[in-house]
Amino acid sequence: MTDTPVIGVLALQGDVREHLIALASADAVARPVRRPEELAEVDGLVIPGGESTTMSKLAVLFGMMEPLRARVAAGMPVYGTCAGMILLADEILDPSPSSPSRSSGGYPISGQETVGGIDMIVRRNAFGRQNESFEAAVEVDGVPGGSVEGVFIRAPWVESVGAAVDVIATHGGHIVAVRQGNALATSFHPELTGDHRVHALFVDMVRAVGRLDPGRISRVRIDSGDAKEKADVRPL
Amino acid sequence: MSTLPSTQSTESPATGTARVKRGMAEQLKGGVIMDVVDAEQAKIAEDAGAVAVMALERVPADIRKDGGVARMSDPDMIEEIIGAVSIPVMAKSRIGHFVEAQVLQSLGVDYIDESEVLTPADEVNHSDKFAFTTPFVCGATNLGEALRRIAEGAAMIRSKGEAGTGNVVEAVRHLRQIKNEIARLRGYDNNELYAAAKDLRAPYELVKEVAELGRLPVVLFSAGGVATPADAALMRQLGAEGVFVGSGIFKSGDPAKRAAAIVKATTFYDDPKVIADASRNLGEAMVGINCDTLPEAERYANRGW
Repeated sequence: MTDTPVIGVLALQGDVREHLIALASADAVARPVRRPEELAEVDGLVIPGGESTTMSKLAVLFGMMEPLRARVAAGMPVYGTCAGMILLADEILDPSPSSPSRSSGGYPISGQETVGGIDMIVRRNAFGRQNESFEAAVEVDGVPGGSVEGVFIRAPWVESVGAAVDVIATHGGHIVAVRQGNALATSFHPELTGDHRVHALFVDMVRAVGRLDPGRISRVRIDSGDAKEKADVRPL
Repeated sequence: MSTLPSTQSTESPATGTARVKRGMAEQLKGGVIMDVVDAEQAKIAEDAGAVAVMALERVPADIRKDGGVARMSDPDMIEEIIGAVSIPVMAKSRIGHFVEAQVLQSLGVDYIDESEVLTPADEVNHSDKFAFTTPFVCGATNLGEALRRIAEGAAMIRSKGEAGTGNVVEAVRHLRQIKNEIARLRGYDNNELYAAAKDLRAPYELVKEVAELGRLPVVLFSAGGVATPADAALMRQLGAEGVFVGSGIFKSGDPAKRAAAIVKATTFYDDPKVIADASRNLGEAMVGINCDTLPEAERYANRGW
């Protein structure tokens, strides 16, 4: 099938396998991406959940930050969940002292680099620390079939967006999902639920942009080439 | 593919669910969790790319050296570390000391390690981890032990190794043991799984789930003895989804450099060139202890059951 899009998952750190499985379930060819040459071969990219500071440092260290910025600027479809949303923000803020994440004192300034690409300001850990992590139903514009199960883990929210950004979901009065052109971001983790509708939306976005260079894709490859991984979805 | 039923309601968000507890550990995968004893070390760990820090009073190597009863850390120290970094902060409670765990939860730590590195408070019972909103990670030397901890509510497992030795041999032994037992279960038919559950002293439902998944139903890290980038990569290649590094970093000559090197080798665990580069010029590694000279009473891995 030459129109099957090849979608990478940035595999520096985080819940990579869950995204690979979700993408494969949504009829894409999914593969981990750790190196610039691997990035060059994909039609779209997911930036997974994980620790955004760690991912950002590793991206700089291993020469991925500039290639990522270049591909995103050139219009490659990209989807970030949680830490991935933070990395797609043009600007980030640390949690405010008034947020439930801190009962006392201020928060350190992260000074962390992002890939950018979405004209938004994202506040890290805005919903709080792990004890405040939660599940809630979220209606997402563009995702048919009713609300999705939103799993929010030390989750960020979007503080404000520019004119070109569509807000596609909110929770408790805060923006938790946005789309700007070919870039999609959610505060929550659809990859942890077994419901792949948000990934299907992203695969459609990639398909709409089209294949980079049809015919160069050999076969489906899931995480380190281990074909067994495909069948193994960790229940959550 | 199976998924836990959602416990959410559309009206009020649900906290402390299995999904958010286990899901938190999923976010740590591919990363390094580092033992730190103060805010300064926590900053070094964060700057080096740690995915989380473990706040404790003394690193295991010092607990070994000093002897005495090892307990939960001072709340002031834990709060100072929470205030110093933006990455998740974990802290240790003694095995079965559920009040220490309650205190840690009240301090807002992101994960509680019910740890054999501290002196056990109960020689029969582990803490009921379902009673907490804060998720727990527990150590295991074999599959049965891992499944008993999960049955008690653990949302993440680490193979125990032998903390504070700088010797990776026990970490390898325990991870291989867990992986081998899982591989064996894969070959069993339904009739055999009941007997396997009895042998493992673990609930049948969990044993069956592991047999179907070919893995634990929670994230599996490795701990106890990792001292070099190659050690970390070894544990990853053996199947650990990430590593805990305790004494190995801050008992070495150049902690910041070694910490960053171990992070690199953990990410590119299957690329010997990256591991080689990460291993250059790291200065003194921690001296290390030969585990076969450790008296039984000083083997932390024997604590917990």
